Amino acid sequence: MVSKKKSSSIDVKILEHELVPKHVIVDIDEGIKILKQYGIKPEQLPWLRASDPVARAIGAKPGDIVKIVRKSPTGGEVIVYRYVVPG
Amino acid sequence: MDPKLGAIEPGQTCPICGNSIRACPGHFGHIELALPVVNVLFVKNIYELLRATCNKCGRIKIAPQDAERYIRYLKRLKDRYPYLARRFSEYVKKQAIKASKCPHCGAEQPKIKLEKPTTFVEYYEERKAMIRLNPLIIRSRLERIPNEDLEILGYDSKDSRPEWMVFTVLPVPPTSIRPSILIETGIRSEDDLTHKLVDIIRTNERLREHIVSGAPQIIIDDLWELLQYHVTTYLDNEVPGLPPAKHRSGRPLKTLVQRLKGKEGRFRGNLSGKRVDYSARTVISPDPYLSINEVGIPIDVAKTLTVPERVTDLNIDELRRHILNGPEKWPGANYIVTQDGRRIDLRYVKDRKSIAESLAPGYIVERHLKDGDIVIFNRQPSLHRMSMMGHVVKVLPGRTFRLHLAVCPPYNADFDGDEMNLHVPQTEEARAEARYLLKVQYNILTPRYGGIIIGGIQDYISGAYMLTIKSTLLTREEVMELLASSGIVKEPLEPAILSPKRLWIGKQIVSMFLPEDFDYQGRANISSGPLKCEDIECFWDSFVLVRKGKLLLGVIDKKIIGAEQQESLLYWLAKEYGIEFTTKFIDHIFRMFIKILEKRGFTLKLDDVAIDMATKSNMYSLLNESFKRVEELVQKYVEGTLEVVPGRSLEESLEIKILEVLAEARDRAGEEAVSNLNPFNHAFIMARTGARGNVLNLTQMAATLGQMTVRGERIWRGYMGRTLPHFKKNDLGPIARGFVVNSFFNGLSVTEMFMHAAGGREGLVDTAVRTSQSGYMQRRLINALQDLYVEYDYTVRDSTGSIIQFIYGEDGADPSKTPYTTIINVDRIVGKVIGWGR
Repeated sequence: MVSKKKSSSIDVKILEHELVPKHVIVDIDEGIKILKQYGIKPEQLPWLRASDPVARAIGAKPGDIVKIVRKSPTGGEVIVYRYVVPG
Repeated sequence: MDPKLGAIEPGQTCPICGNSIRACPGHFGHIELALPVVNVLFVKNIYELLRATCNKCGRIKIAPQDAERYIRYLKRLKDRYPYLARRFSEYVKKQAIKASKCPHCGAEQPKIKLEKPTTFVEYYEERKAMIRLNPLIIRSRLERIPNEDLEILGYDSKDSRPEWMVFTVLPVPPTSIRPSILIETGIRSEDDLTHKLVDIIRTNERLREHIVSGAPQIIIDDLWELLQYHVTTYLDNEVPGLPPAKHRSGRPLKTLVQRLKGKEGRFRGNLSGKRVDYSARTVISPDPYLSINEVGIPIDVAKTLTVPERVTDLNIDELRRHILNGPEKWPGANYIVTQDGRRIDLRYVKDRKSIAESLAPGYIVERHLKDGDIVIFNRQPSLHRMSMMGHVVKVLPGRTFRLHLAVCPPYNADFDGDEMNLHVPQTEEARAEARYLLKVQYNILTPRYGGIIIGGIQDYISGAYMLTIKSTLLTREEVMELLASSGIVKEPLEPAILSPKRLWIGKQIVSMFLPEDFDYQGRANISSGPLKCEDIECFWDSFVLVRKGKLLLGVIDKKIIGAEQQESLLYWLAKEYGIEFTTKFIDHIFRMFIKILEKRGFTLKLDDVAIDMATKSNMYSLLNESFKRVEELVQKYVEGTLEVVPGRSLEESLEIKILEVLAEARDRAGEEAVSNLNPFNHAFIMARTGARGNVLNLTQMAATLGQMTVRGERIWRGYMGRTLPHFKKNDLGPIARGFVVNSFFNGLSVTEMFMHAAGGREGLVDTAVRTSQSGYMQRRLINALQDLYVEYDYTVRDSTGSIIQFIYGEDGADPSKTPYTTIINVDRIVGKVIGWGR
């Protein structure tokens, strides 16, 4: 139990690192909108493993869509989406 | 050979399908094996199935309730994530292999080992007994595995039952797959596969006879193993742990796997890449009088390669002339295709005149290659798209392909014996594509970083510099000669100097080629070190300024017109005035750069790297000083007072410090020597303008070679404690560890020459290793990325439509259309609109 608590505190810390971009879990309606916009099934998004440290930190479960806002030297702010898969 | 395997001789009718040799696809036969045999290509699968299932009941070694759960989970995964389903199967398989007791029947499970290549051995730990599993047992065990259990393990029982991985019947491929060759002498030579099949049949028959006559088990086992060997090598003759089956001559046989595998195999050698017609290959040589989009083609080649041209009212007279010339005389024609598809070979036509007469619209004439045709020119390795460009044909005498020097960088070509390939597009579509997408001028800007890749190299840069330096003053005659050489007919501008003689400066001549509203400013290549200039107030003439199409300041060198330069004058010309203009510009002005060198003479001579005695003694005192410092370091090391570099041992720290001192010594000696060179020394000009060589090369020629290294260390291997017997043991001094004091001009001493060779060898090995490694890496990258494309919504997708990138490159910008690292160059736009600030 103690070790679990310890690891979860590290999980939250990683979100504060400057190289970790902003991750947000997208709600269902917006998720559907995104899939419609690109005309794809959820599996056709890039994947994010549920065991990924960031996914654990924000509490993403398989089936969620995660929105990532990244800074790019040429493109300003870039929004990308990940589909959370088991594993 | 059994005729039922298919028709192989002309005129023969196939007894199976009734077709002649042309249409009969060949038919399989079979060999019924006396005893079953394992298929080597599936041993891995057999091995994991044997371990994952019970040896008694054949069920997968997973508890029934778990298995049910796994099946349901797997079915869900299969629908949505096939990739994860595969990984899940792997996981279940591992679980099953771990179990040492069958959860279904409770039988203890022995360990099963694979003895490469094809034998399986059971090992009972408690009894310390080993049992060899023969293919019969293996097959019966595989047969016992139920379909449901196979599904969990990732097998599809409908299409592949595991017992099929053990042969009982061997297919015999048709003869068309393994044709026999008739040699002149009338001896038949059979294909390797046929030889192997003969071996299999022979052992199979012997095995059968022994079984029928009830021979002892040992003999049968021996023959069985032999049969297994033959079947194994029939499939794959490069199985590790087996001696390859050999031909009588000792050559290993090329069996099924060898036919498919590797670079020369069926896939890479015959399907992904093929030999083609309408192509040519020969040595290349330079021709500065061609346009950059032309290629010089030898007449002999032009007479062999043909272009099919459809006869119309417009070209009928010309094509008649080609036919009259025939196949021997250029420009002629080799074949005529009539409207009903008949091919007439002009080599065997007696009366070409009457053939030419009978020519009518609708015929197709395969005429010789002639000036103005488009061809695709290529040099291997074809690493990027500029390795294959469309060129316009120019038929020339000689035996080599000729090309303009400015297109050497994209092909990475030189003329030390390089060969290049040429392909003639055969359809109108292909020709149109080559002409409007592949021609050299469409590839002036590279899609890699948007910079110019076709531009000045070597003498073009030296020539541009010589023309544009302030001391170049030209008389009217000289100006006219230069303009004539570039093929421009124009009245020169008002001369820069009117009295005592009308003289033009080189910058004026260059200005005549620039568009009238062209502005440019930038630093030249010589703007470095003591000649550095940041703005237009430049004493050294190293800042280039073009206003309203006039070159006002600065010399032209590599940074301005060179190939592979960013934001150069040539780049902005290409951007703002188009590729057609830039092509013309390069064609004309570059010839003039060569001409000025021809007029002035430009060469590198021994004296260029000679330095006077005073400089030499200065240099040697610099080196001696450094040697003293090295000595001090060694002394400190011996005393143990040397400071240790963090993370290094004492010895490493010493080496690092010595290397630092000696590198500095070489640089300072080089500076001393180079600063004493005449600025109009040709070798120096080439280094400064970026035409060829650099300051380090000059240093090595004039001053000293400096420290030789192997793997970044001073040279230390060889004898015990020394590199060569010329030195004392454990001498850590510069000379004993590969510092070369002499320059190429002085000549090297014996020991120095040895050290230099050691360093040079490493360079050669490195390049050899690097090219093969990067080549393989590139192959893997291309295979991984080849099907990706940019969708209309700017997302990058793979062939299944899955998203790889949400916006191409995170900014949706095409690098070949954007200035280096930015989408637009704001400074330039502001400068053009409101005037240049700085």
